[in-house]
Amino acid sequence: MSDEVDHSRRRLLTAATVGTGAIGLAFAAVPFIASWKPSARAKALGAPVEVDASKLEAGQMLKVVWRGQAVFVVRRVKAVVDQLNGHDDILADPKSEDSLQPDYIKASGAARARNPEYWVGLAVCTHLGCSPLGAFEPNDSFQVAGADLGANWPGGFYCPCHGSKYDLSGRVFKSMPAPKNLTVPPYAIAANMRIAIGVDDAPKTVS
Amino acid sequence: MAAGGGLLGWIDQRFPLSKLWKEQASEYYAPKNFNFWYYFGVLSLVVLVNQLVTGIFLTMSYKPSAAEAFSSIEYIMRDVDGGWLIRYMHSTGASAFFIVIYLHMFRALLYGSARKPRELLWIFGCLIFLLLMAEAFMGYVLPWGNMSYWGAQVIVSLFSSLPWIGASLVEWIRGDYYIADATLNRFFALHVAALPLALVFLVIAHLMALHEVGSNNPDGIEIHKYNDEKGHPLDGVPFHPYYTVKDLVGVAFFLLLFCAVIFFAPTFGGLFLEAPNFEPANPLQTPPHIAPVWYFTPFYAMLRAVPSFAGTQVWGVLVMGASVLIIFFLPWLDRSPVRSIRYRGPIYKTMLGIFVLSFIALAVCGLKPPSGIYPTLAKVCTVLYFAFFVLMPWYTKYERVKPVPERVTWHD
Repeated sequence: MSDEVDHSRRRLLTAATVGTGAIGLAFAAVPFIASWKPSARAKALGAPVEVDASKLEAGQMLKVVWRGQAVFVVRRVKAVVDQLNGHDDILADPKSEDSLQPDYIKASGAARARNPEYWVGLAVCTHLGCSPLGAFEPNDSFQVAGADLGANWPGGFYCPCHGSKYDLSGRVFKSMPAPKNLTVPPYAIAANMRIAIGVDDAPKTVS
Repeated sequence: MAAGGGLLGWIDQRFPLSKLWKEQASEYYAPKNFNFWYYFGVLSLVVLVNQLVTGIFLTMSYKPSAAEAFSSIEYIMRDVDGGWLIRYMHSTGASAFFIVIYLHMFRALLYGSARKPRELLWIFGCLIFLLLMAEAFMGYVLPWGNMSYWGAQVIVSLFSSLPWIGASLVEWIRGDYYIADATLNRFFALHVAALPLALVFLVIAHLMALHEVGSNNPDGIEIHKYNDEKGHPLDGVPFHPYYTVKDLVGVAFFLLLFCAVIFFAPTFGGLFLEAPNFEPANPLQTPPHIAPVWYFTPFYAMLRAVPSFAGTQVWGVLVMGASVLIIFFLPWLDRSPVRSIRYRGPIYKTMLGIFVLSFIALAVCGLKPPSGIYPTLAKVCTVLYFAFFVLMPWYTKYERVKPVPERVTWHD
């Protein structure tokens, strides 16, 4: 037996110890990282909500809260619905190819709705999450939140934070800070215009 | 070391108290030609202590929950004896921190204080700046006013633009499907425990690195070339008592201004505390105009200046991140044979002037709504901001410089 230190053996053992320790540390980190995920309570509170839209008049809007986010429910004037196909040239994503919505909403085309008269969408600007304002009247030129919406405003939404404009289907105009159309959450319409937000299929029994 | 008698001797045999004091103060030789710009290091230390002490006392009355946070701030302001003063010291201290840090960093640009061998000192400083921004952001969320809420919403949403992981990352940061009680609670934990701890460690590392390499000075030359027979630099003076006493005068003057703001203009016209933050957080009502507190606005303006492209707004986020990270590389971007602006040519002086002006213009753009001249101005200034750093290897390398003196310039 020699008194000399076997350096390669020492290096191997050190590396093995450090490696094992690192793996242990990674596993130990799991519960700490997991503790930042939405808790069971937050998940439970994120359940679907139901709105009664039957009393909305044409041109009126409801704001409801789903998962802490405001959701627009707009009953559009028929003249606006008829015009929705007429301004594709000023929209960034007229067919909602790059935007977020359930497939059945995307399939509905310019209306982006299960029922063309009622538009449902998140009141969350796709730029940085501000809440857009409704400016539903088509007009030559008018002011919302200090900004001139310009001639030929087709009616829609205006975000006061960074000036993004959307039409009444929540489709964003070209050259706006917002990259995408307003997100449409999954929703279903049951009898008597009761809208369930957060589910794809209408509940079987609606009280 | 030879231990003396008495209590100090007893301690010195068990803990290097006298040794530390000598190394860090009474026998730490600093250049004798420090000027006005050298106050801001010690001032940032003063503000750090102010933030720590007032912060500890605020946590004694503050409730970190979405239901109680806003009213607990009102409670501190109205019902706690001295509470209003402690809170205004803390909120004014946040802005003061950034004022002295920005001037401290500007000093480094003036005199080349980041250059070899002070690169690591500079990087520690940049990390402190980065942590300070996180600390200030989370602190601003705690009062749970409407600007707190929507500021958090905007800043946390930045991460959602990252490809693939964005959406789940944001959900993980918030701990809910929106900015909620869980978010406030964890920001509180980070703001009062995790980040201050990391900040204090980094400040210690910053000071250790400084005292290892020695302070730079307005001439940008090393003072250790000419020493007396004891090995002390001829152009240096012991930090204590020379600079401790000088700094006390600066601290006193700073506190005069600081107290004037606390007593007469604590909101500073909406710059230090924004008006929408005096109403409680409302997830359904965005303030008509969201602007961060003034010290973030240059970076926020750069974020907004970049349009979305290819269906994502990640580019603005990347530009904003790069605008902070590029500062770290300063010691390697500067190729000038001299450090101090005193011996540089007109090109560096011009570039530095443009850089400072565009930084201030960006700050203004970030405060204003994105209409009129401001979006264009922000775009131009973003380019100028980056030009200062990106072009630096060329304009510093080929610029004609003046001869550097052997000894620091000094007026008797």
